[in-house]
Amino acid sequence: MSDDQMVTIEVDGRELKAKAGTLLIEVTDAAGISIPRFCYHKKLSVAANCRMCLVEIDKVPKPMPACATPINAGMKVSTRSPLALAAQKGTMEFLLINHPLDCPICDQGGECELQDIALGYGRDASRFVEGKRVVPDRDIGPLIATDFTRCIHCTRCVRFGAEIAGVRELGATGRGEHMEIGTYVEGSVDSELSGNIIDICPVGSLTSKPFLYSARAWELTQVEGIGPHDSVGSNLYLHVRRNQVMRVHPRDNEEINECWISDRDRFSYEGLYSDDRLSHPLIKQDGEWVAVEWEQALEMAAKGLRSVADTGGDQLGALLSPASTLEELYLAQKLMRGLGSESIDFRLRQVDFRGAEPALPWLGQPIADLDKLAAALLVGSNIRKDHPILGHRLRKAVMNGAQVSLINPLNLDLNFRATQLVSSPVGMISDLAAIAKAAGSEGPLIDEAQPEAVHDQIAQQLKTADYSTLLLGSMAIAHPDYSIIRSLASRIAEKTGARLGYLPEAANSTGARLAGALPGKEGADAWTMLVQPRKGYLLMGVEPGADFWSPSQATAAFERAEFVVALSSYRSAALLAAADVILPIAGFAETSGTYVNAGGVWQSFRGAVPPPGVARPAWKVLRVLGNILDITGFDQSDSEQVLQEVKVLADDRKLDNSSTEELSGDLHAGVSGTQRIGDVPLYALDPVVRRARSLQRTRDAITAVVRLNQSTAVAVGLADGESALVEQDGGRATLPVEIDPAVPDQCARIPAGLAGTESLGGQFGEVTLRKA
Amino acid sequence: MVNEVCFRNMDLDRSWLLEQYRSRGGYDVLARILQERTPPGEIVDIVKASGLRGRGGAGFPTGLKWSFISHNAPGQKYVVCNSDEGEPGTFKDRDILRYNPHQLIEGMVIAGYAIGATVGYNYIRGEFWEPYERFEEALAEARSAGFLGKDILGSGFDFELHSHLGAGAYICGEETALLESIEGKKGQPRYKPPFPAHFGLYGCPTIINNTESLASIPVILEKGAEWFKNLGVENSGGAKLFSISGNINNPGVFEIPMGTPFSTLLEMAGGMKNGRKIKAVIPGGSSAPVIPGEQMMELTMDYDAIAKAGSMLGSGAVIVLDDSNCMVKVLERMSYFYHEESCGQCTPCREGTGWLYRVVNRIESGRGRPEDLALLDDMTTKIAGRTICALGDAAAMPVQGMLRHFRSEFEYHIEHKRCLVG
Repeated sequence: MSDDQMVTIEVDGRELKAKAGTLLIEVTDAAGISIPRFCYHKKLSVAANCRMCLVEIDKVPKPMPACATPINAGMKVSTRSPLALAAQKGTMEFLLINHPLDCPICDQGGECELQDIALGYGRDASRFVEGKRVVPDRDIGPLIATDFTRCIHCTRCVRFGAEIAGVRELGATGRGEHMEIGTYVEGSVDSELSGNIIDICPVGSLTSKPFLYSARAWELTQVEGIGPHDSVGSNLYLHVRRNQVMRVHPRDNEEINECWISDRDRFSYEGLYSDDRLSHPLIKQDGEWVAVEWEQALEMAAKGLRSVADTGGDQLGALLSPASTLEELYLAQKLMRGLGSESIDFRLRQVDFRGAEPALPWLGQPIADLDKLAAALLVGSNIRKDHPILGHRLRKAVMNGAQVSLINPLNLDLNFRATQLVSSPVGMISDLAAIAKAAGSEGPLIDEAQPEAVHDQIAQQLKTADYSTLLLGSMAIAHPDYSIIRSLASRIAEKTGARLGYLPEAANSTGARLAGALPGKEGADAWTMLVQPRKGYLLMGVEPGADFWSPSQATAAFERAEFVVALSSYRSAALLAAADVILPIAGFAETSGTYVNAGGVWQSFRGAVPPPGVARPAWKVLRVLGNILDITGFDQSDSEQVLQEVKVLADDRKLDNSSTEELSGDLHAGVSGTQRIGDVPLYALDPVVRRARSLQRTRDAITAVVRLNQSTAVAVGLADGESALVEQDGGRATLPVEIDPAVPDQCARIPAGLAGTESLGGQFGEVTLRKA
Repeated sequence: MVNEVCFRNMDLDRSWLLEQYRSRGGYDVLARILQERTPPGEIVDIVKASGLRGRGGAGFPTGLKWSFISHNAPGQKYVVCNSDEGEPGTFKDRDILRYNPHQLIEGMVIAGYAIGATVGYNYIRGEFWEPYERFEEALAEARSAGFLGKDILGSGFDFELHSHLGAGAYICGEETALLESIEGKKGQPRYKPPFPAHFGLYGCPTIINNTESLASIPVILEKGAEWFKNLGVENSGGAKLFSISGNINNPGVFEIPMGTPFSTLLEMAGGMKNGRKIKAVIPGGSSAPVIPGEQMMELTMDYDAIAKAGSMLGSGAVIVLDDSNCMVKVLERMSYFYHEESCGQCTPCREGTGWLYRVVNRIESGRGRPEDLALLDDMTTKIAGRTICALGDAAAMPVQGMLRHFRSEFEYHIEHKRCLVG
């Protein structure tokens, strides 16, 4: 076949060249010839059902749909001949007869494909004098508003579910005019990518529920942004009105997020407008919090930091959110180093700092390459929920035949076929060691491993695939034996030829390293800073009860400290208890800055809206602190200058996952008692998302519950629905019990980052459970 | 000259039983083919030469359809029989299933042999419970006699045949909607190409033929292509089943040679009821445009003659209307049918069939407007030829036919808010 051959066709008298067999609409789209369409979407299968893109093709008696017609050499097409126009206008008339034409009260009004195309192809008056169809709306969850009377049955949403989200939540039931989009059995649309159906719906049938009736498209200003909640860095458009982010849309970037974004990136903006946003600096005076002017707060912060530093630089520690911008992280570490401290870290959810980390861990490959994988092994990652866009890409690979395996302490609800090895934290090490042995590696742990068929199979898949990868996720990074997992993974990668990669949890986990937000030789890492408490701390963008591997450890350390200054967008009880000065900082969308995603792509953005009250971007706050403290190098007049400094610092540093560390057999993961599995649910990840109201009402927004499988529950004497007294590392909490077969034996899933778990200890480790 | 092909065993007592079918040489053709290992291409050539055209309504040459599948192509292939007889006025396949099921089974096994398929499905209309049971019994008989299953008659050739009962959707008679339905999906036609010969059931090469077409195969192979072809007339080979109904004395199914005068068929069906005057005939199922009675009386029952008169032979469903019928009422009923049965996939059909019905309904109930007929004319041109499958055409054609031949009745209705008839 001559599929690769370029052929010439003629469209409206213009000669166009394209590969034979390309769909006509793709060729005309590329050439800027517009053909009206509703059901066609470049990322979805061809349905050819709307009949709007009918065009005339020479020697074909009937008008043909451009979306379903492959081109061949010499084809002559007229997109606006009398036959084509009659067909297009005919379809438009049919589309409109049952459409309510309620544009004045429709949120899609002004940005509606039907409205736009009707302008060109509709009549001025309808010939339809019968009654119109009315379809009841359905409640499909807190994110998407429905108005199915407006539906034109293009089925894009249905195809999106089946083909992209990987869950068939919506379908078209009923025949003919009675065809309706719905969930069939009453239910909600829960995919972590569900919001994309709002964008692909060509009419106002599916609109954003949080945004409903709040603004008109033409009142909005569009500002480019970058997704702040995972290490993908999805490209966004922030839609702003009167200094407020009203909604978030995807911005196409084929190399990163294609035309999709996760619900987390789409709806988290609501978290910017929570009641506990800080709009004024606060200082603690005689145990009472007082709102003060910046000058006073900054003076107090500077004084406090200086007085701690004067007792010894190592008495001061900085714990920085990995969701901070590159510029913020850079200035924070610069400030700390200026004060003589090298205790700087952003790895707040890591506990095992043994061994030598790779020089600059990253995904190990460009994001878009995940599509092409033939085999993958993921360790400690719920990729579908942690990185919805990467989950989608991996799913694409699986649909194309990739073999994917996962080693996790939980059985995951995945939307692709995969082999799941589920075991306790220490069992994860055994599985990994067994695969390492099967791959031909040797060493401690590996030598005594006993590979089973499944381990051999995984090793074999990684080895024989043209392109394979081994990815370590956030549950691997938080694992008590992360360094051992890392060493084992390096060995497997080396023996099988799989690319080793990291799936860090936050927007700037990769960037933070480039910005120097890591302890120096004399400094302490995040965990050491807490277990060997410092006299003073600088906190940025973190909440003691939710953003640390062990909230109880963090809270205790901050309580004992003499002085804690926190740069934060929010007030929270734990922060008020921990800090002495709280400096209100701009949140996502309110500051300019840069993120470096897991794939190593630097993406800068500017602030779309001002922060509330007198809150300021953190980089400015840090710069002024630097000035007050008389530290040199804090004269930047804009964030771009800060960025230039980071670029100089990062200049010769290459993303590098290679490791030469020794494999240690010294396991820390507990083997006795009940082991906690403290994953971070996707809507508990960071302070913004935890405050995004609508996301918090979705099914994925779980509450703190102890999940045990039946046999573990029996062993510890608990039953479904009972209340459990959970004790861990000296902290305790009372939480309800749920039986969940997804949890391995002798383990209790108690997610981290959720209200009710602030008093508990590490994400992993032994917990005691008793009937409350 | 009647009952030569699909109805050739109709005179037998309990003709559906295997022993009765065998008594007239049933399954001998299959046995001979398997024993002689007739080259599959030869069978396809005979079917081609016989002039057999698809009896489901479209009239596509059966042999040509078979030739689109390479016998030696690797992978699973399927033979699918379309017994989803849903076109209003058609009830011929039902009688094959009831009275001559083994001939269909034999035809399907031969078809499987010809294209290299080892699995077949017979998709039976959901309302055909009795024919379904009859067919199931025949399948059981054929299996135990070794005409179906593994290693048929010791030849090494395997063919398994399953029946699949529909659920009452007219659209599932469209071949690709039928495939979707067998696959367990919503019955909606697929965009073509690819055609089923390349991408059919479960994405595998598939031939789909009407019940009557497949049941004709054993007779064609027994008596030869020439014999079959010569039963009929030029371009319309063979004999055909006609389901004749309406205002006649003896409605039923008649197998007559192609090219038989309509008047002869009407006579066989007992002539007009109560001696009334013939007003119109819908010659090929409800989607075929109506033909005025006098004109019809001069026509022969074959593809070309009916096409020349501006209609189509379709599935051979002949609906005879006498002068007591109001054509607006008749059209209203037919339009209601297409409105109800549109699958809803394509815009012009989903929206247009409902609009057509509502306008005709208004005219019928005395609420017609002077501009309605022009609206109907225009609307039909925007539905026909603009959809994935032929249901849009099927809904538009009866309207066009009625307005062509009986426009004055519609005008009268609109003007006087009542019927010209009765």
